[in-house]
Amino acid sequence: MSIDIDTARKVAKLARIRVETGELPALAQKLSDILGLMEQLDEVGVTGIEPMTSVTPQRLKRRADVVNVGDQQAAVLANAPDAREGFFAVPKVVE
Amino acid sequence: MSATWTISAARDALRKGEVSATDLTMSCLTAIDAADGLNAFVHKTPELALAQARAADARLKGGDSPSLCGIPLGIKDLFCIKDVPTQAASNILRGFLPQYDSTVTTKLFDAGAVCLGKLNMDEFAMGSSNESSCYGPAVNPWKIDVRKLTPGGSSGGSAAAVAADLCLGATGTDTGGSIRQPAAFTGITGIKPTYGRVSRYGIIAYASSLDQAGPMTKSVRDAAIMLQAMAGHDPKDSTSADIPLPDFEAALTGDIRGKKIGIPREYRMDGLSAEIAAMWDNGADMLRAAGAEVVDISLPHTKYALPTYYIIAPAEASSNLARYDGVRYGHRAALAAGDGITEMYEKTRAEGFGPEVQRRIMVGTFVLSAGFYDAYYNRARRVRALIKRDFELAFAAGVDCILAPATPTAAFGLGEQGTSDPVEMYLNDVFTITLNLAGLPGISVPMGLDSKGLPLGLQLIGRAWGEADLLNHAYVLEKSAGFVAKAEKWW
Repeated sequence: MSIDIDTARKVAKLARIRVETGELPALAQKLSDILGLMEQLDEVGVTGIEPMTSVTPQRLKRRADVVNVGDQQAAVLANAPDAREGFFAVPKVVE
Repeated sequence: MSATWTISAARDALRKGEVSATDLTMSCLTAIDAADGLNAFVHKTPELALAQARAADARLKGGDSPSLCGIPLGIKDLFCIKDVPTQAASNILRGFLPQYDSTVTTKLFDAGAVCLGKLNMDEFAMGSSNESSCYGPAVNPWKIDVRKLTPGGSSGGSAAAVAADLCLGATGTDTGGSIRQPAAFTGITGIKPTYGRVSRYGIIAYASSLDQAGPMTKSVRDAAIMLQAMAGHDPKDSTSADIPLPDFEAALTGDIRGKKIGIPREYRMDGLSAEIAAMWDNGADMLRAAGAEVVDISLPHTKYALPTYYIIAPAEASSNLARYDGVRYGHRAALAAGDGITEMYEKTRAEGFGPEVQRRIMVGTFVLSAGFYDAYYNRARRVRALIKRDFELAFAAGVDCILAPATPTAAFGLGEQGTSDPVEMYLNDVFTITLNLAGLPGISVPMGLDSKGLPLGLQLIGRAWGEADLLNHAYVLEKSAGFVAKAEKWW
């Protein structure tokens, strides 16, 4: 399949990346080219093959449910573009 | 004194007191300052380097001299180092100062290594030419005409810095070939370990099921020494393997008699250059002469590795890079009156991410979106299982190591590939990408110069957790090839 302009707009929206309307046709074209590469996979027989989930089969380690690192408020906020009174500040979310 | 030292020679000289860590570090810092034309080091850390060098000299005097004590290294811009700029070559992380250290750099510095600075790379490790970097591309020290050549990518700055003797070794990361391809393009050695061998903690994530860090060095022995210090179980990375670490340097016996080397017939693809094909045959002859048996093998799903990767890696990237939202760190766009949080996200990400990163995030978003998840993402994960099985069957049939080219061509000129069609650039990874999908270790070894005078490398692929054996095979290849050429200094 090829990606049309509406699909490109939708994907950009889902990815939370602003794409100007004038740039959508070029984006749709590049995405379609990449999709063309992917469609080679349609010729592979995958019946009965489970999707791979883990590179090296291993049970994930468990750890004690305790605080390892705490009291790091200053470090956590150190790189924030806008931090106030110990919080990350963002534009108004709720009207 | 120049910085042409290998790690192993410097280690021995440091232990004997023939050279000091401070002198070694000063010579690297001087070389780095004279090499801005290569654009390899993008954040220099001379003060940190000299402090670490003095501490290393004190340790060496006290008789405490781990392998990397006093060895000056470059660190890819993907590894967090506390209070040292770390931005994955992306504008979205401009000004970011990590508040913690990656496990790899912690281990290297605990072993006495000296940090010279951060190295250029493709933005978020997405690229094969270093051209997607926000710092502009690193440049290959190898040059045959007026053109500037790519050092490869994504670890292009690491490769350029090691090849130009700006540092003794460097860290790289490899998601689809990002250690092995630049190593081949610059005439150095680079190993991607088995997935889970080296902790990913504190390394900025691209595609978490494929990313693996490894050393880029001037020799196989150096790779063994540096990998020893980087590897090992880390409770902070849930995919880090809790298994014993062999002594990699001790494994370099040079004896591969009776080993079985597989030559995968699917890697001899249409359009493979005659020079690379001849070098490949030549490499097989070298291993045969060393007493190994060379056999043809089949890895039937090889041709599907590229499309599989370009579904799985962007899918994982779209999830990993969702964290760059202008809230907790990095860039935030200036907002217009009335802009809400969605506009903040969209403008921040449009301004902060370069075009290739945006493209991969959107491809990943698409293949994971409702209605396409099964047709693309799940199908790719099924094919990935088949690619892994191809390797498992080959190794189960008694093959110890697989020999293949590292890259389809030698280094190409900056600006020559992928400008109109991104897929053209993706084809660079055709020989390296299969291992990342299967989680296997691979090493690129420089073999010689092509007819134009540019380095070419071969790749050896090992069994899972078989780095020791793999390094030994690479050591044999290195000794037989006897590659010693260096780029002539023009920068």
